[in-house]
Amino acid sequence: MSPWLPILMAVPVLGAIVVALLPKGSDKLAKQVTLLVSLAVLVLTGVMAAGFKPDGDRFQFVAEYDWIPSFGVKFGVGVDGVALVLVALSVVLVPIVVLASWHDADGVKTADGTLITPKRSVKTYFSLLLVLETMMIGVFAATDIFLFYVFFEAMLIPMYFMIGSYGGAQRSYAAVKFLLYSLFGGLLMLVAVIGLYVVAGSKTFMFPELVGAIQDPAMQKWLFGGFFIAFAIKAPLWPVHTWLPDAAAQAPAGAAVLLVGVLDKVGTFGMLRFCLELFPDAAKAFTVPIVVLAVISIIYGAIVAIGQTDMKRLIAYTSISHFGFIVMGVFAMSSVAQSGAALYMVNHGFATGALFLAAGFLIARRGSPFIGDYGGVQKVAPVLAGFFLVAGLAGLSLPGLSSFVSEFMVMIGTYSSQAHGSGALTAAAVVSAVAVILAAVYILWMVQRTLNGPTAEPVKPFKDVNAREIWVLAPLVALIIGFGLFPKPLLDVINPSVQQTLTNVGVPTSTIAEKGTGQ
Amino acid sequence: MESHIAEIAQHTGGVIGLSWLMIAFPLVGAFVLLVFGRFTNRWGHLLGVAMSLASFAVAVLAFFELVGFGEEQRRRAVHLYEFIPGMVDMGLLIDPLSISFALLITGVGSLIHIYSIGYMSHDEHRRRFFAYLNLFVAAMLLLVLADNYVGLFIGWEGVGLASYLLIGFWQFKPSAAVAAKKAFVVNRVGDFGLLVGMFLIWTTFGTLAFGELQPITSENPTTLAIGLLLLLGACGKSAQLPLQSWLLDAMEGPTPVSALIHAATMVTAGVYLVVRSGAFFFPEGSGAALAVAIVGAATLLAGAIIGCAKDDIKKGLAGSTMSQIGYMMLGAGLGPAGYAFAIGHLITHGFFKADLFLGAGSVMHGMNDEVDMRKYGGLRKLMPITFATFFIGYLAIIGFPLLSGYFTKDGIIETAVHHQPILGWLAVLGAGITGFYMSRMVFMTFFGQKRWADDAHPHESPSVMTIPLMILSLGALGLGAYLVLSNRLLLFLAPAVGRPEELPAFHFTSTPGLATLALVAVGAAFAWMRYGRAEVPSVQPRGSFLTTFARRDLYGDALNESLFMRPGQWLTRLAVYFDNRGIDGIVNGLAAGIGGSSGRLRRIQTGFARTYALSILIGAALLTGALLLVGNI
Repeated sequence: MSPWLPILMAVPVLGAIVVALLPKGSDKLAKQVTLLVSLAVLVLTGVMAAGFKPDGDRFQFVAEYDWIPSFGVKFGVGVDGVALVLVALSVVLVPIVVLASWHDADGVKTADGTLITPKRSVKTYFSLLLVLETMMIGVFAATDIFLFYVFFEAMLIPMYFMIGSYGGAQRSYAAVKFLLYSLFGGLLMLVAVIGLYVVAGSKTFMFPELVGAIQDPAMQKWLFGGFFIAFAIKAPLWPVHTWLPDAAAQAPAGAAVLLVGVLDKVGTFGMLRFCLELFPDAAKAFTVPIVVLAVISIIYGAIVAIGQTDMKRLIAYTSISHFGFIVMGVFAMSSVAQSGAALYMVNHGFATGALFLAAGFLIARRGSPFIGDYGGVQKVAPVLAGFFLVAGLAGLSLPGLSSFVSEFMVMIGTYSSQAHGSGALTAAAVVSAVAVILAAVYILWMVQRTLNGPTAEPVKPFKDVNAREIWVLAPLVALIIGFGLFPKPLLDVINPSVQQTLTNVGVPTSTIAEKGTGQ
Repeated sequence: MESHIAEIAQHTGGVIGLSWLMIAFPLVGAFVLLVFGRFTNRWGHLLGVAMSLASFAVAVLAFFELVGFGEEQRRRAVHLYEFIPGMVDMGLLIDPLSISFALLITGVGSLIHIYSIGYMSHDEHRRRFFAYLNLFVAAMLLLVLADNYVGLFIGWEGVGLASYLLIGFWQFKPSAAVAAKKAFVVNRVGDFGLLVGMFLIWTTFGTLAFGELQPITSENPTTLAIGLLLLLGACGKSAQLPLQSWLLDAMEGPTPVSALIHAATMVTAGVYLVVRSGAFFFPEGSGAALAVAIVGAATLLAGAIIGCAKDDIKKGLAGSTMSQIGYMMLGAGLGPAGYAFAIGHLITHGFFKADLFLGAGSVMHGMNDEVDMRKYGGLRKLMPITFATFFIGYLAIIGFPLLSGYFTKDGIIETAVHHQPILGWLAVLGAGITGFYMSRMVFMTFFGQKRWADDAHPHESPSVMTIPLMILSLGALGLGAYLVLSNRLLLFLAPAVGRPEELPAFHFTSTPGLATLALVAVGAAFAWMRYGRAEVPSVQPRGSFLTTFARRDLYGDALNESLFMRPGQWLTRLAVYFDNRGIDGIVNGLAAGIGGSSGRLRRIQTGFARTYALSILIGAALLTGALLLVGNI
């Protein structure tokens, strides 16, 4: 039994209680406490992660407590390599988001003094953030499937309020849409979770014990379907993606980062761990249709992104395209593609996080998310423009930046995958590579219209980044460049866990890749 | 016929062991200048120059260390670190081919850095300009020094980024911003080819390292496919047909950028890619090699024709760059017999074209940034040094006997006539056209009556600009003879790219050579009649159908617009409409219908729970349907 994960989960929620109980009028203190707590969690996670042994047991820092003994439900936590990097992603993003959201609940004013969002409760916002942090850690760390389900659903609540109370003009529409989509998916998953429990008949929800428990192929397919649809909505995958652009556009930039950067990853993480390992035969049978849906997401998301007029919606659609890559990698049945997909989950969090936040800083200055309202920012705020550009380049997977490594691995792994006689997956990889061109169009066209050209009149009073904004963006850019040139530390943690997954699925992984069929 | 290339030996120690410093110096320069921003404004340009010179020094030392090895030992691999575990080890390959490029990039690059001190002295963002130049040099060196395709690709896109930033350096001009984006996007079309090519190489051979691939003797469908995909990548970067359209617009960037990136180095990366991959995917006589040669021949003509009709001096030179790279591509498509001439022409072109571009920059510098040659005229007396160096570059590019271009271009032409007669004679024709358009440029700029506006005060540029010009013109004078006579370059490159069965001997009186000279003379004489002796109108005349065709870049942009841009815009609009109205909207409509409500419910912002519930349900049903259909439950 290791106390690490329970401690990591307890600290933010205790912090949230402290923040909520602070006396009236102590907004600044509330922010400072939140920042301090989230930094403490970051440091604790760092210390814990340093003790992770990539070649050790699959699940490490394991802790189990009985929760509902009559059903065999346990509070079981532990992380494998993939879960660890996603926990790390979450705890890195939270302090950054705290800093980025510093004034989001204060009532946002533009440079000329127009109020965009009215003043709202600061304490509530920041305690919701901390509660969400606990749940993000919990959902990736849960080894008990019931516990996973609880976090999966419970995460919706803080996010619902963050969008619904602190968001833009159409926040309630977006929040309700987000909630309903997610609840529907959750419902399907609940049915499948119960089905799994009943059919397996082993009186436990512990994931390691349920691997291989379902042998009947038809039953596998039904249960797979329940999990998969829930995760496809969460990810989101075409055609159940339409909630994301609304939610991301209406959410405050910080919340959007956690929504797209972390919450959506629960979907792809769930596919990787649960859909593949619990129902390997079904996963193999459905590989081709799912990869087709993934390729549609990749291309469709990119094309629709090109046509967006609202920056945040544009970024949301680029994410739909990127999630397509992740799903393709997860189901390509190749260790290279799957490691790439897991790495993609992390890299996408940094890249899209940076892009959302930089866009948020632009929007905070101008009071409008519309691309057409900008122009010539480069001239008046060159440093902010530089950050926005680098984040954008990460979004188009420029080699040398982190997202390139993962996208390359997903595509090359899918291309060379031997599953299904390889023809379909090879074609999928080639089609998905078209997104490389489309990505240049959607990012650089946005850059051209916002940063370049003559400076628009309302843009002229823009101030360049302040110290807080530099502290928000610089760490993300450093991570994007650092992992772009040196992805090995992440891959070394991810690879063994991916090998384990593929072994459980029954895909041979004797060599790292599907080498040398030609000569 | 097998092209023998030497084995790669692992290397530690010495200068070659430290060759990563070549990349590190300019990278650190770019980092310091960008991160410390305006604090480095005062001395930023000096740091930029120093970093480039430091890189050049390492390249020179590494070169001498390399030639100290026996011929078969001149391919040294330096391992750096594990990049993607199990797939890509990052390392550098120092061999005759890569060190030739490194010397060119850092040597010519340093001269252009120095020139830019003067050229950009009035620009308030000079420090940022030097940061981007340093970034470019670092990326370009990674491109040519990497010992595997992934490292090459990182450099490949890195130079694309630097090119994007520098074309758009004056990004407040909408035309510059558009040109920068266009260059990047068109390059990405080529990158698609390079990417898929890498997928295929990895899948087939299980490696992406140059050292682990085996030379092939005959082509098979897989290597043909790889070759064509790599060629697509090369076409994007090197502005070859059909991906040429970005290069002319790229002239929006400051002139030193045009000289360094869009003439001397980056645009030749496609030639490097083909020659580097030659032994693996473009064996002599293969379909892939033939495709390379055809692309080269077509582009050398297209570029030359475009060059004839441009009044903008930089665009004229851009057309000429396309054309000259076409010659290199043609050479690269002829197997080991052509490689040495292709690389030789690439090196001499690096000198004389940088000389010409910087000369054009010097003219612009003295003419209030005027680029229209119809507003020049008679400048030779006012800018004697610029004129003299430009004239040497001009003689070199038209292949005036004994100057650099004469030896390297003639080598390509002779080899082509021998291996692919039709393409070879097209190259002879191209040389004649070159004689015309380059003479036209010289006559319009430096000869005839002055046609400039009253407020222009043409003057010679400062020595920080003219000294680099003089050094470059020395290269334009003698480098070709040095490289080609007694096959110096060919024998030096042989361990890296293979050698032809029979060593070529340079003939001063071969038929194609004499025909070339005759056509060049005709072209120059024709130009003299039209633009030297006769008065040049200072307003562009309407011109014939053919002139318009050339002025409009052979309708390349129009073609792209109607084939890709417009349909793309429609597709985008349709997709956005479908996404807003279709998936959500159909469902909203259905909900309104089922609820028996009136049309106003059909608006998207209903907020009614059942609408979304239904929309989710339909989405989920679609998903399930798809799974059922294909998954055979």
